[in-house]
Amino acid sequence: MSEIPQYLKEGFLSVEELKEYVKLPDEDRLRQRPVAIPECPQEIPCTPCAEICPTNAVLMEHPNALPVVEYEKCIGCSLCVQICPGLAFFMVHYIGEKARVTMPHEILPVPKVGEEVILLSRVGEEVGKGKVVTVIPREKSKGDTPIITVEMPRELAWDVRAVKVVRE
Amino acid sequence: MRLSEHPILNFERVRGREVTIYFEGNPIKAHEGETIAMALHAAGIRTYQYSTKKHRPRGLFCAIGKCSSCLMKVNGIPNVRTCITLVEDGMQIEMQEEKPLLPETKKPPKWKEPPRIEADVIVVGGGPAGMMAAINASDGGAKVVLLDENPMLGGQLVKQTHKFFGKREQFAGVRGIKIADILEEELRKRNIELFLETSAIMLLQNGEDKLVVGVKKNKELIEFKGKAVVVATGAMERMIPFENNDLPGVYGAGAIQTLMNTYGVKPGDRVLIVGAGNVGLILAYQLYQAGVKVEAIVEAMPKIGGYFVHAAKVRRLGIPILTRHTILRAEGNEKVEKAVVAQLDEKWNVIPGTEKVFEVDVIALAVGLRPSIELLHQVGCQIKYVPELGGHVVIRDSRMETTVKGIFVAGDSAGIEEATTAMLEGKIAGIGAALIAGVASPEWLKEIEKAQKELEVFRSGPFGRKVLEGLRKVVVK
Repeated sequence: MSEIPQYLKEGFLSVEELKEYVKLPDEDRLRQRPVAIPECPQEIPCTPCAEICPTNAVLMEHPNALPVVEYEKCIGCSLCVQICPGLAFFMVHYIGEKARVTMPHEILPVPKVGEEVILLSRVGEEVGKGKVVTVIPREKSKGDTPIITVEMPRELAWDVRAVKVVRE
Repeated sequence: MRLSEHPILNFERVRGREVTIYFEGNPIKAHEGETIAMALHAAGIRTYQYSTKKHRPRGLFCAIGKCSSCLMKVNGIPNVRTCITLVEDGMQIEMQEEKPLLPETKKPPKWKEPPRIEADVIVVGGGPAGMMAAINASDGGAKVVLLDENPMLGGQLVKQTHKFFGKREQFAGVRGIKIADILEEELRKRNIELFLETSAIMLLQNGEDKLVVGVKKNKELIEFKGKAVVVATGAMERMIPFENNDLPGVYGAGAIQTLMNTYGVKPGDRVLIVGAGNVGLILAYQLYQAGVKVEAIVEAMPKIGGYFVHAAKVRRLGIPILTRHTILRAEGNEKVEKAVVAQLDEKWNVIPGTEKVFEVDVIALAVGLRPSIELLHQVGCQIKYVPELGGHVVIRDSRMETTVKGIFVAGDSAGIEEATTAMLEGKIAGIGAALIAGVASPEWLKEIEKAQKELEVFRSGPFGRKVLEGLRKVVVK
């Protein structure tokens, strides 16, 4: 039996593992505008991200191939984040010392713009607090999934992949 | 307890007028449109019957009419499958204990010739495969009748709140519940006769003629005569051996989805999930969405069997996945109160001292499905045991026709896969049936080929390998 990758033993990708499957954008690109990052390391029969991309920035050789984003073509429109059935697409954008991460949020309550939320890592650990800067509600999302953009310290951009909304 | 708010679902849509049913004489509020078992669970009742010999409590298990865990006495009639029987105002529900007897005060109905419904194609099962078969057979020119024992169409789609994979033209990116709506709408647009709450209890053939014997609402016998039959009866949840696996609160994963996603009933407060295939992973996410705490997912294999992306979704919400772990026992008196799990070594033996106790009131078994082939077995289709497809399946050709001419199979009853492949198989079987019935023009062969190609592409990745291996054993040229 071949070696089982760590992510299949644990159920999450470490950033190091992610880099093995996807070449991450460089810092210049991350500063230009939001860029889509697929966290989809397995060959599964699924193509909506490539089908919906308006600039053909998501490449897929065959329907089971891993999605590869051509970062220069990506305009940061977030349609892939909205449609992805696996909720596996994110967008990252560096602004000064901050980063903005766009992610799906199919949990109630959906936060409001300006609201402070608890940032969760890929294993659900609370790693800090961030501020919601954009919300695309379910009705306006192409994939029936609300998506949110959260501003956070830049060093958390590659750890945070979910948020918890705590209201009194 | 009933759920009110949900990020995906709107339960007000399904909840009808409030009615009162009586459990052991005590009034319980229920809603029209929900089944007896769901209403009882919402009222906190977990024990539905006691086993005849050892008097052990029994609760829900499959919630789709495929097992005997929820049999109860309804208005004096024993052995009613309460999970697929809708509530009616004033209904009297009782637990049954000893070998149940029909009430002496009631006489069996007088025998009369049952009504006979005739069509070109009879479809058994209103899930994704059956609906696609009916739609396509109808488009091919066939007069179609579809029956399903559940009170609603859609099969397991009605509880699939997640978005589907595949190509967008195959509904990828669309939620299962929405696909159920779309297919039902298509079905109703066509001249397809529908019989819900109707169980197919027999499949017979006489020369070219096929006969399906159905029972509507537990009392009315109906015969369906056709030139071809598509059997799309789905699958049954698997059980695994462990101490107290019969306690109320040990549910099949699908039953929990039925409770919370179809009827908006909270399955419990704290859940342990056994099995990290797609069903277990998706279930964990759905429980979180419904506000239920998932303590952990345990998986005996050394790796997660479902799609990684589903695992990532639950991990980032803080739900642990313990691979190489198994459940040892459930504990509790009348219902589940604890689950004891332990780690396994490389030879699948429990490692002493690794026991962990979870305080849970629900244990969800997501350990696989087996195809429902009873009708196909009965009519004499050749059967083969193919573990890659989930158990015993029928031999068929590339048009889904079994070894009995004019009898077709599609969906999970043909082998355990997914709704996307079920829909494609349903399409092929439906057209195949319309061709055999002599109504569809040969032009339709192109549509069969198209669907066969799509199936091929869908199964061409690493996740399709096991299924292809299985299909090699049962598909004849």
